Amino acid sequence: MLEFIQGYYAYIFLATAFTIGLYGMMVKQNLMKKVLGMSIVAATTIMFWIVGAYKEGAGVTVLDPRFGVEDPGMYLNPLPHTLMLTAIVVAVVTLGVALALLIGIYREYKTLDEPTLLERMK
Amino acid sequence: MISSQAPILIPMTFLFAAMLIPLVGAVNRAAAHLTAVLGSALALYFSVIGMQTTLAQGRISYHIAGWMPPIGIEFVMDPLSAFICALLCGVTFIVMVFGKRSVEYEIPQKEIAFYSLSMLLLGGLAGMVMTGDLFNLYVYLEIAALAGYALVAIGDKRAVVSAFRYLVMGTVGATFYLLGVALIFISTGTLNMADIAQLMPMVQDSPAVIVGLVLIVLGTALKMALFPMHAWLPDAYTHASTTATALIAPIGTKVSAYVLFRVLFFVVDPDHLRTELLNLLQIIGYLGAAGIIWGSIMAICQSELKRMLAYSSVAQVGYIAVGISLASPLGFIGAILHALNHAVMKCCLFFISGNMRLRLGHSMIPQMTNGLRKSMPWTSAAFTLAAISMIGLPPTAGFFGKWYLALGAIEQSHWIFLSALLISTILNVAYFFRVMERMYLKPQEPEGVDYSEQTIVRNEAPASMLVPTLFLALSLLVLGFANAWIVTNLIVPMIPGWL
Repeated sequence: MLEFIQGYYAYIFLATAFTIGLYGMMVKQNLMKKVLGMSIVAATTIMFWIVGAYKEGAGVTVLDPRFGVEDPGMYLNPLPHTLMLTAIVVAVVTLGVALALLIGIYREYKTLDEPTLLERMK
Repeated sequence: MISSQAPILIPMTFLFAAMLIPLVGAVNRAAAHLTAVLGSALALYFSVIGMQTTLAQGRISYHIAGWMPPIGIEFVMDPLSAFICALLCGVTFIVMVFGKRSVEYEIPQKEIAFYSLSMLLLGGLAGMVMTGDLFNLYVYLEIAALAGYALVAIGDKRAVVSAFRYLVMGTVGATFYLLGVALIFISTGTLNMADIAQLMPMVQDSPAVIVGLVLIVLGTALKMALFPMHAWLPDAYTHASTTATALIAPIGTKVSAYVLFRVLFFVVDPDHLRTELLNLLQIIGYLGAAGIIWGSIMAICQSELKRMLAYSSVAQVGYIAVGISLASPLGFIGAILHALNHAVMKCCLFFISGNMRLRLGHSMIPQMTNGLRKSMPWTSAAFTLAAISMIGLPPTAGFFGKWYLALGAIEQSHWIFLSALLISTILNVAYFFRVMERMYLKPQEPEGVDYSEQTIVRNEAPASMLVPTLFLALSLLVLGFANAWIVTNLIVPMIPGWL
């Protein structure tokens, strides 16, 4: 059990954070808190990719005389990190659109609380 | 020359038009609409050329910047993606022609933003269809989704709230998809779909791959509004402007269904799909069957035409899910044919609701009277034809999609699916005949106004809106009569060999 936790603590942390974010999006009644939950979920996914590509003690993908060419395990795959640059941009843009919509909702209904909002929409 | 580069040209045409429209619109507002029409016409031309070449010579593969896959990014046009792409380009062209008056009436002063966003949406959707790379698909999915949120937000007063809800659900879907891709990438070390399909037999039993596939299916199901993940759809479709709905409703969910096709039938190892993952397929099918019934029942309860059509969309997505879950040639044909027919029918019906909003000022069903048949005869006729097709009476197109699905269900003795199909047909009759009855039969006299005495002024929608509506309504008959040709020449080549 302890070994499992030691081996996978990063994933356990990420799974917990993901669940918290999802809980915030689905259950919280304040729209701003939903957006915060969405941001946590997006950040967790990005970190999941990065943790998945991480190797203990490995270096960058350029031929390093210390490591040689025998052991490919000594080199990191840079692809996931690079891809996550795109995903970060997407997450930021989504956050921006969400905040813009929140401003629109607040201007129209003067509230961000979901029950009050539903009441005023009738 | 063009044919070998068609896969990349189609999304790029849309993205280029999206950037060009604000520039052109700054000079001349009217030119923005023209640019959108020309852009979608060009994309339609490319997709037709691409489809001809694909059918004659097999799949076209375009390597971005000359990097060979699996290192580089690959854009693929095989019969399936060529067909879906031609469908969405065709629908877009008609919607853009229709859009001019409707957009001016419903969302004045926002035309330029609207056309630019709709081109961006189509760029994203076309990219999703064309790409042969799982991560690239995620990026295009988000492009399309963000443009979609904005398009929904440009609508009536409540549109902002429904756009926000759409955004929350859409982001969850996209995140699930990205997590699933991460798990598959960790297990196989590649993102190219064809490459993953080759490596899949070696890793498919690992829990990571299975969880990854489940996450991808879950994310895609959220995007395509598979029951019970459809909660965002009715609000988003109702409160968006007519043109935006006519654009998003027929093709947005279809492209997500295409992703499901692509992943389940072309990326996953077929033998695996036949054994353990079959449970996953069955879950999709049962959810689809539940969605068919639920969507139809909810559609009966609605009093607003657009909202009724939105709930009926939930039901129609269920048909496609049932077709996927059958995992047989007949189910495949039925699902693809239904995707085509539903895109045309739904687009036509949303056009009709737009025509009514323009001339009547509303699209509430209880307020419709039999004066409609005299004041808007052509619109009413188009509604009747599209409704008959939705119900699935031969020889209209809607019948044949359901026919193949029913045959597939009988072939595999899936009696639950068959009964869902049959019950939903009766429910469809209930909610479409309700509207037709008000249009044609009963003389209504609400609030003491005597409509029979009143001379009804003929007040048909303008030609730029009426012609696309009638064109779609007639093409339902054409598609119905041509269905055998479509199935043999277009759909059979795209069935993967192992089915």
